[in-house]
Amino acid sequence: MSAVIEGHHDDHHHHGPAKGISRWLFTTNHKDIGSLYLWFSFIMLFIGGAMAMVIRAELFEPGSQIVSPEFYNQMVTNHGLIMVFGVIMPAFVGFANWLVPMQIGAPDMALPRLNNLSFWILPAAFGVLIATFFMEGGAPNFGWTFYAPLSTEYAPPTVTYFIFAVHIMGASSIMGSINVITTILNMRAPGMTLMKMPLFVWTWLITAYLLIAVMPVLAGAVTMMLMDIHFGTSFFKAGGGGDPVLFQHVFWFFGHPEVYIMILPAFGIVSHIIETFSRKPIFGYESMVYAIASIALLSFVVWAHHMFTVGMPIAGELFFMYSTMLIAIPTGVKVFNWLSTMFKGSLTFETPMLFAIAFVALFTIGGLSGIMLAIAPADFQYHDTYFVVAHFHYVLVPGALFSIIAGVYYWLPKWTGYMYDEFMGKTHFWLSFVSVNLTFFPMHFVGLAGMPRRIPDYAMQFADYNMIVSVGAFLFGLSQLLFLYVVLKAIFYGKKATGQVWEGAKGLEWTLDSPPAYHTFETPPNLESGEVKA
Amino acid sequence: MSSESSYYVPESSKLPIFMAFGLLLFVLGAGGTINDLGKESSNSYLLLMASFAVIWGVMFVWFSNVISENNQKLYSDQLNRSFVHGMAWFIFSEVMFFFAFFLALGYVRLFAVPWLGGDGEKGITNILWPAFESAWPVMETPDNENFPGAYKNMNIPGITKIHTWLPFWNTLCLVTSSGTIALAESALKKGNRTSFKSWMVVTISLGFIFVFLQGLEYYEAYAHMGLTLGAGIYGTTFFLLTGFHGFHVCLGAIILSIMTIRGFNGAFSEHDHFGLAAGSWYWHFVDVVWILLVLVVYVF
Repeated sequence: MSAVIEGHHDDHHHHGPAKGISRWLFTTNHKDIGSLYLWFSFIMLFIGGAMAMVIRAELFEPGSQIVSPEFYNQMVTNHGLIMVFGVIMPAFVGFANWLVPMQIGAPDMALPRLNNLSFWILPAAFGVLIATFFMEGGAPNFGWTFYAPLSTEYAPPTVTYFIFAVHIMGASSIMGSINVITTILNMRAPGMTLMKMPLFVWTWLITAYLLIAVMPVLAGAVTMMLMDIHFGTSFFKAGGGGDPVLFQHVFWFFGHPEVYIMILPAFGIVSHIIETFSRKPIFGYESMVYAIASIALLSFVVWAHHMFTVGMPIAGELFFMYSTMLIAIPTGVKVFNWLSTMFKGSLTFETPMLFAIAFVALFTIGGLSGIMLAIAPADFQYHDTYFVVAHFHYVLVPGALFSIIAGVYYWLPKWTGYMYDEFMGKTHFWLSFVSVNLTFFPMHFVGLAGMPRRIPDYAMQFADYNMIVSVGAFLFGLSQLLFLYVVLKAIFYGKKATGQVWEGAKGLEWTLDSPPAYHTFETPPNLESGEVKA
Repeated sequence: MSSESSYYVPESSKLPIFMAFGLLLFVLGAGGTINDLGKESSNSYLLLMASFAVIWGVMFVWFSNVISENNQKLYSDQLNRSFVHGMAWFIFSEVMFFFAFFLALGYVRLFAVPWLGGDGEKGITNILWPAFESAWPVMETPDNENFPGAYKNMNIPGITKIHTWLPFWNTLCLVTSSGTIALAESALKKGNRTSFKSWMVVTISLGFIFVFLQGLEYYEAYAHMGLTLGAGIYGTTFFLLTGFHGFHVCLGAIILSIMTIRGFNGAFSEHDHFGLAAGSWYWHFVDVVWILLVLVVYVF
């Protein structure tokens, strides 16, 4: 560290970060805000994870073991809400903040103060959500999908706080997405045309568009709930001419694009990692872009596959079944592109690559069980069983979460300037890989055999598998403590990283020092002249 | 104007975290107030009031800062384009918010109500309330004791009696005001400030007349038509769609009022008037929503 004394003040020259806590509270710097998002998400991962541990402890054996059924419902609900809105989404926004400006050669996000606001809303929203545990009636207990009338007529009084917390959470997502889209469309360095953009930037452009399109619909859904609960309207009451199924339509119109919001940035991260450690450019860049765009468009016309059993005309069931299956095509394109990128590449298997390969394999398992669920007549058997739980945990844990972990290992040296311990990283990988499959694979079997989800007790014949699942879950939870240790060890005791970090890494962020200066690309790099290559 | 190579990034700012604090107060205040509705002693409304004070205060300072930064010529053309993108996508998000309510209305009218009345494949739901006959507007609800339907609806009374129909005058107000704000903007671009200011005043007046007429209509609904929030699904969709639209008209009118006051104080130039342009886009947006709304809520 060198002390530089600034003798004069110039508006166009930025200083380094402010000292102390005010750096983090008042920052407008995309790197600081990115770190805030990532640490927030990391903390929420352990809170949501602790709830999962309670669930698995209760299900370790049949019968009522540790918690009351009421508290079990609160655990299931808040585990889902926290993991979706508090872990996966903020983590990807953290990546976007750190990487999008550096990857497109921009000085910062387009609207830096709004960026800081988007972050600080999250602790407020989740603070309220967690506080509801200590209020009269307990925390929300109606599942993360908060179906009416469970969430309206039979909800605890804290549902009102939940509704307003969702409102400001949505505002945070919308402002964050406006920022991302504006940055990408307006702040690319000269020569960074749309079809030269790194795939992570592409995935976030489309994700942000999805977010702006569906978060307001979620706001609409919770507003209807609020009106039904407190102001006598009858959106979801058949007696007044409304329909509880209407809630499911509005919710899943938001909910299905939402699940792609949680996976598209993962596709971007994995694409970068696979090309780096295969030492080959990504196979089929253009088809990757078109595949992401098709997945995003299709996500608006498949929502009712979440509610095949609820009562729908046969034409509706058929439409949503076929449109859902169509998604397998662009997704298949992506999977084959990753495989083709690795084919005949000079592969090495550092920790990020291990997580990325595991992502490709295990996400595909989740995708294939998704196709099984898409078949309407078969879904009548699978619906609301552990098969569904297995499906979405395969796409979200070894899917979205593995990509986040892979991305952290991949860019951590760039962000902090220090390498992580490769041996510990690999240990973390193998522990996570084994335990994640131990946790979620047997859920397929108990689900197909008919074990219902969201119930704190189960029939005796499911006991053995549930015990295995619980052991796997505890092991997976412990493995993530190892992850925290690896990250902290890198930051405090890691070896100095070079600017390039990885031999095969390409892209503007690798042309910068590790860690990059507080403000980078204040003058945009010129990609047209050919001096700098994206 | 600064060059493209210097995008203005503010050093740091206390405003965002104060705003987040204001929103935290809002969640606690609004949640508490609504949960305590009908209870004798509740102080939650104080929290709600405080949150409004914080939110409006922060917005005032935030916008003042942006205006003064702009006046200091800190903003490049590129940064101004960021504002344009930002506003456009914000309006898109608002469109999607209304979409949720239009979706609800469409689903209820096309599926839920006919099924309750025994039509179609899912007509078995008719077993619950066999006497219910499907019609729109739903004047007689399935469970008419708990959700007493309205005895008059808001539909268009026929083309000859259209002058007695409030939504007709409302539509006239809003469509005209969309035109007058366009006139105001083009006057400003030509440098004719007197004309600009007059058209702004006309626009805002039309906006407030709209809000007044809408209030009158709600009074009529409650006082003489039995049309309330609790009047079943027709009242529900009617009040939520027109209510959220009216709320957005109020917001738009407040934005335009502030722009007009700024105009009277000498703000805006022929080429630099983004605040006004953004307000005007917002105004056109509420106008378009209104036209759709008249069609599906009042006419068809």
